[in-house]
Amino acid sequence: MKSTFQLERVVTELKHYLPSQAPLKDFIHHNTLHAFQHDSFHEGLKKASETFGYKTYLQLSEYRKLYHEGKISKTLINQFIPSDDKAYWLHCLLDKEYEEGLNPRIGELRANWKSNYQIDLDNFTHSLLFRITSSYLDQGISIWNFPIKDLGFLEAMRHMEANGSISFFKNKRAKELLKNTDLTLEDCLHILVGDESLYERYLFDQQFAHPGYSGMVSVLSGHANALIDERQIDLVEWMIFECLLEIDALDAYFGEIWIPIGQKAHTIVRDLFAPVQLTELDEVKRIWQESFEWTYYNQVLNGLKEKSVVLESTPELQGIFCIDDRECSIRRYIEEGHPGVQTFGTAGFFGVEFYFQPHGSSFRTKVCPAPVTPKFLIKEIANESKTSKDLHFDARSYGLVFGWIMTHTMGFWSGLKLALAIFRPSMNSVAVSSNGHMHADSTLLIENTGGQLSEDGLNIGFTVDEMTDRIHALLMSIGLIRDFAPLIYIVGHGSSSSNNTHYAGYDCGACSGRPGSVNARVMSFIGNHPIVREKLKERGIDIPSETQFVPVLHDTSRDEFMYYDVANLTERNSQKHQVNKRLFDQALDYNATERSRRFVVMNSKKAVRRVHENVKLRSVSLFEPRPELNHATNTLCIVGRRSFSRGLFLDRRSFLNSFDYQVDPEGTYLLGILNAVAPVCGGINLEYYFSRVDNQKLGAGTKLPHNVMGLIGVANGIDGDFRTGLPSQMIEVHDPMRLLVIVEHFPSIVLKTIQTNPSTYEWFLNRWVNLVVFHPEEKQFYVFENGAFIPYQFPKESLMHVDDVMKYVTRESENLPVVELKN
Amino acid sequence: MELSFKLIIHFLLFLPLISFTLSLFIPKRNELALSVLAYCSVGLQLLTSIFFAIYWYNQGFPDINLKEFSVYRTGDYDFYLDFYFDKLTLVYLLLGSMLTFLITIYSRYYLHREEGYKRFFNTILFFFLGFMIIIFAGNLETMFIGWEVLGISSFLLIAFYRDRYLPVKNALKVFSVYRIGDVGIILAMWLSHHLWHENISFSKLHNAELVHEHIMQNSLVGLAIAFMFYISAAAKSAQLPFSSWLPRAMEGPTPSSAIFYGSLSVHIGAFLMLRTSPFWENQMLFKVFLIFSGLLTAVIATFISRVQSSIKSQIAYASIAQIGLIFIEIALGWENIALVHISGNAFLRTYQLLISPSVVSHKIREQFYQFKRKESTIEDSWPKRFEYAFYMLNLKEWNLDNLMYRILWNPLKRMGRNWQLLNFKFVFYFIGFVILSGLVLIQFRDQMPPLLRHQLPFFFAFSGFMIVVKAFTEKDSVRKSLTLIMLNHVAIAIAISFNEKYDFMHNFWYLSGIVMSWFIGLLLINYLRRREEWISLDQFYGHIYEHPKAAIIFLLCCLGLAGFPITPSFVGEDLIFSHIHYDQVGLAFFTALSLIINGLATVRIYARVFLGPHIKTYHEVAKRSS
Repeated sequence: MKSTFQLERVVTELKHYLPSQAPLKDFIHHNTLHAFQHDSFHEGLKKASETFGYKTYLQLSEYRKLYHEGKISKTLINQFIPSDDKAYWLHCLLDKEYEEGLNPRIGELRANWKSNYQIDLDNFTHSLLFRITSSYLDQGISIWNFPIKDLGFLEAMRHMEANGSISFFKNKRAKELLKNTDLTLEDCLHILVGDESLYERYLFDQQFAHPGYSGMVSVLSGHANALIDERQIDLVEWMIFECLLEIDALDAYFGEIWIPIGQKAHTIVRDLFAPVQLTELDEVKRIWQESFEWTYYNQVLNGLKEKSVVLESTPELQGIFCIDDRECSIRRYIEEGHPGVQTFGTAGFFGVEFYFQPHGSSFRTKVCPAPVTPKFLIKEIANESKTSKDLHFDARSYGLVFGWIMTHTMGFWSGLKLALAIFRPSMNSVAVSSNGHMHADSTLLIENTGGQLSEDGLNIGFTVDEMTDRIHALLMSIGLIRDFAPLIYIVGHGSSSSNNTHYAGYDCGACSGRPGSVNARVMSFIGNHPIVREKLKERGIDIPSETQFVPVLHDTSRDEFMYYDVANLTERNSQKHQVNKRLFDQALDYNATERSRRFVVMNSKKAVRRVHENVKLRSVSLFEPRPELNHATNTLCIVGRRSFSRGLFLDRRSFLNSFDYQVDPEGTYLLGILNAVAPVCGGINLEYYFSRVDNQKLGAGTKLPHNVMGLIGVANGIDGDFRTGLPSQMIEVHDPMRLLVIVEHFPSIVLKTIQTNPSTYEWFLNRWVNLVVFHPEEKQFYVFENGAFIPYQFPKESLMHVDDVMKYVTRESENLPVVELKN
Repeated sequence: MELSFKLIIHFLLFLPLISFTLSLFIPKRNELALSVLAYCSVGLQLLTSIFFAIYWYNQGFPDINLKEFSVYRTGDYDFYLDFYFDKLTLVYLLLGSMLTFLITIYSRYYLHREEGYKRFFNTILFFFLGFMIIIFAGNLETMFIGWEVLGISSFLLIAFYRDRYLPVKNALKVFSVYRIGDVGIILAMWLSHHLWHENISFSKLHNAELVHEHIMQNSLVGLAIAFMFYISAAAKSAQLPFSSWLPRAMEGPTPSSAIFYGSLSVHIGAFLMLRTSPFWENQMLFKVFLIFSGLLTAVIATFISRVQSSIKSQIAYASIAQIGLIFIEIALGWENIALVHISGNAFLRTYQLLISPSVVSHKIREQFYQFKRKESTIEDSWPKRFEYAFYMLNLKEWNLDNLMYRILWNPLKRMGRNWQLLNFKFVFYFIGFVILSGLVLIQFRDQMPPLLRHQLPFFFAFSGFMIVVKAFTEKDSVRKSLTLIMLNHVAIAIAISFNEKYDFMHNFWYLSGIVMSWFIGLLLINYLRRREEWISLDQFYGHIYEHPKAAIIFLLCCLGLAGFPITPSFVGEDLIFSHIHYDQVGLAFFTALSLIINGLATVRIYARVFLGPHIKTYHEVAKRSS
């Protein structure tokens, strides 16, 4: 018989659809349903839910509630209802009852184990499989590690089986099979399934019964160095092992004579990837979702449109911030504090891509966007090491004798610590501080003077030319090429939190989930470098000699600024810096207060200073599952001059990337920006979207019962599958809407730009992010639809004006409408 | 002086009762009121306890025994509530109030916005009430009430995330272990009743001469009672062979795992051993056994803990190992050392569990700076063959988790499967016949030859056992299963009725609550069947999502049906046992076994119908494996 099963293709497909979430230390946001991105958004969502049973929209009842609360506008619904029978569709939207239950295709074949064989197969295999896998991959929880770590997964299992007297299996057949070094996945499937045409289907069913572990193994396949303590695990080998466990469980239950599942009469199995039929309900949900999104977008577009471009006076101080939506409000408060303030936004690695090697470590950590592979290394030189010991995590506390001593002595100390942690939270060894990334007074090796200084193929530091290229690109892309203020702050960001397994997801996404402090220092060093300035001048950017760059780290959960290298400031700038600091401190107080409105248990109406103190306490409280709300509510990304959005209250919902179309008429820098915006901001946005609409299957569920497995993932209880996606605490206030990217440039240039890179273009073409362009001369918006820009013709709304932001924001904890602020 | 002691002890018992009751009436969304009630009442408990401790110390720390009222009394049978206070009570009182106080404050923020915020505080307060009843209990009967409360609240907390499969499955698993522990106490009560001819109070156990005299007369019974205590204590304190339930109980929110399974609940077994130590401290054989089993638990649990790759199970096994040592200390009579050890272990493990999410950042950071590829452990120096085998053994938790299945549930299921061939009509005719013939035969009780009268109860008890096994293995009809459970009680009641001096009022006591619970339960199932397509016992349905109120009432019915202390049947259960003779070991055995399976069968029905992933998927439903 001709072979129909092609292992390689099936494995590629599997890896494509399985969750691709890295181990905890490298948590990076991405589109959860990236596998469906080659379809248009709504079609992809339908396929995902039909195939895998994911919920991909809100429930009808939720949309209807939003409508009745006025959060979905009636006029906008009219824009999206098919014009053939408006009354009927309105009835469908508002009143008609639908069966919203899902009947996914995945799992249909393996369901026959239960219906046809009366055996609950997963019950026999899952917990043992999880236990063995997490023990093998364990990065440091267990005290007595898996005895064989140097061999690949299956080889290690084979070795254990051959050399130990206690087997993984109960029966002879599986033991013998494992011993055979030529064993293939097909051999196992032959026994289990029998029918070759069902092999692929069986593997999908099997792996999607525990997508967390399968996804982790798939991520680690061929990337042994994704773990500190390296392991060679491969998805195919792992599936072989799972099949062996299944064969063994069936043998134990039925004896060695049972008919493979594919050969026994079974229920009809639908083709997993057959085309899907769109129903009326799908159309109704599409209309609701679009109306929901555009109700909000429309507000924003009205606000942006109404603004006339303000002429700036000579700037007093400038700040370059990360594009991150969490920096949206702090920039607003700093600007409000002084008319001479200018702020800019750009991806938070500030255009310097490198590995960072902290003092005292032999490891390097990447601090630039995940897809970039840097060629540079920045080393830190400091006087002290950064580790602290906590006996509560010490392996010996689990031992018998030492544990006996510890319970008699330290046990009572623990009781005291617990009481202290509850009544007086403070930064302790349990908390993660954003400052811990780098010493404030350490020295960084940034300049490469020799050129041959390299380690493992990485150049240590940048040469002057490399530095010049980078700062030139940065300044051009944000449009800061003249009118330099005496002090330019480069503000990276990080986050402090306590008892947080997902801490890496709280730091800067553009720095691969690390704080942006090192990048800020490196870029400031470059900006202050006299020869670099000379060379910049040759390229047309003349930074006055009195101008100095100051690196800063913004702690987004504590709302604190940490300044670096201020000792290098001239006396005049130092004085100015003191004045600016007061401005920042005030802005930070306001910012903390604005954030606090979402923390319902906190009173935001107290004096801002006191609210800020409470916010700081919160970041180090053991019992606080929400040190900050991270990217929750993100919906916008504005790529344009700040004057375009300044003075508009966007409720911390916008990524802000500075860009001046006049500086970049051809869209050269715009390409770089959009190449990052689509996957990074779009990825963040969609991860929030999907974790919100299906927090159980696409999100991690509530984090309260989470248990740390092997330092690489979290699970519920001790027998559970890894949970991927975001926990409910991160997404509960998020409104699931796609990102709207708003670019200020000519539509023709933007079209040409996004078409340059096919993978970026896919995001826009298939509308996994929405795109609107503001024509700077016509002063008219264009929407990107089906590959072309068409003029935006949605209803006009006038925005409210607000005098006192503090009063406005502390009014309620829900999302607030866009308003114009009067300064 | 006596009066003030009495007042304070009453206060310390009523306060948790009142706050629990009040907490039931606070609206679901009112987080503030719920949490304030919880931490204020527990805080007040703590404060009162501290002052009480000082007062008690100044009075020369006397042991206090308060005989309260009789719940039911007939002939020489007297079910009375009794409270007792001594150093042991004090340590547990302070420890329990302090930890619960800290945890309620902790959870106030931690559970903010969580679905089930109210449920959580209800259950914590219910647990706290049960804990207080146990530590203040002056006799086994009183303690048993608290014991049951602890069991139910544990079930509810483990199944806190009731819309997922694993928490529900593990809650059932833990419940079944607890049920074995419960029966240990029931049998201990039965045997003690025969040993002392009364419901003995703990204070009397301090009379060494009295104890000595009784045990000398019946050394075998003495030993059996001590073993029953051990079974109960071992089940609650996760000693061998029950250990594997503890890590599996870590399914609820982290603070609840910390307080229940890190500290208070697991140390209750140690409490029972300390409380009953005057009874067994002169039984050398038992003491040797206790030391040996403690040591075995300590060593095995330590090794299992060493191979755990999940933080919570690692802490759980480390805690079990320390409790093993505590059991040794108790056996050696080092009460003070044991109490210090208990407190230290409780604090340490609670704290370790609470900060367990931090282990990621802490360890990864540590590794980043000081990573060593090959960290060798002691086991690496062993011969490879032995190392691998021993590692596997520990990884599989010495097969403890399967043990219960293999020796208890699987045979039952097989039995049930075999009887599956008998169709229902036959079963019901059979039961009808049994019951009718029983009722008829009882009329001639006094005319029967003694041998027959002695053997008949066994026959009926065995029939009852078969009925309940059938109920437990029933896969389709909820109503049939419920009915069989009820009939099981009837069969037991008939069996006991053959014993002399048995008053039919006792049957009324026993069956009243059960029949009522059964009836309401049936009504609820009918109500549900009118609204939902199909309900069977073959899978989890999760109907609590749409029918939360029906679920609560049904849970109460199930508890009533299983003889929990919410209906008069609870007293009846003890009463029934008091009528089983010494020499009717078979009768006692099958009655006890029936009780275990009975409890499991009812809770299983509740879980299958109302808990687990909802069958309707219009909302978010978790994967089974998560």
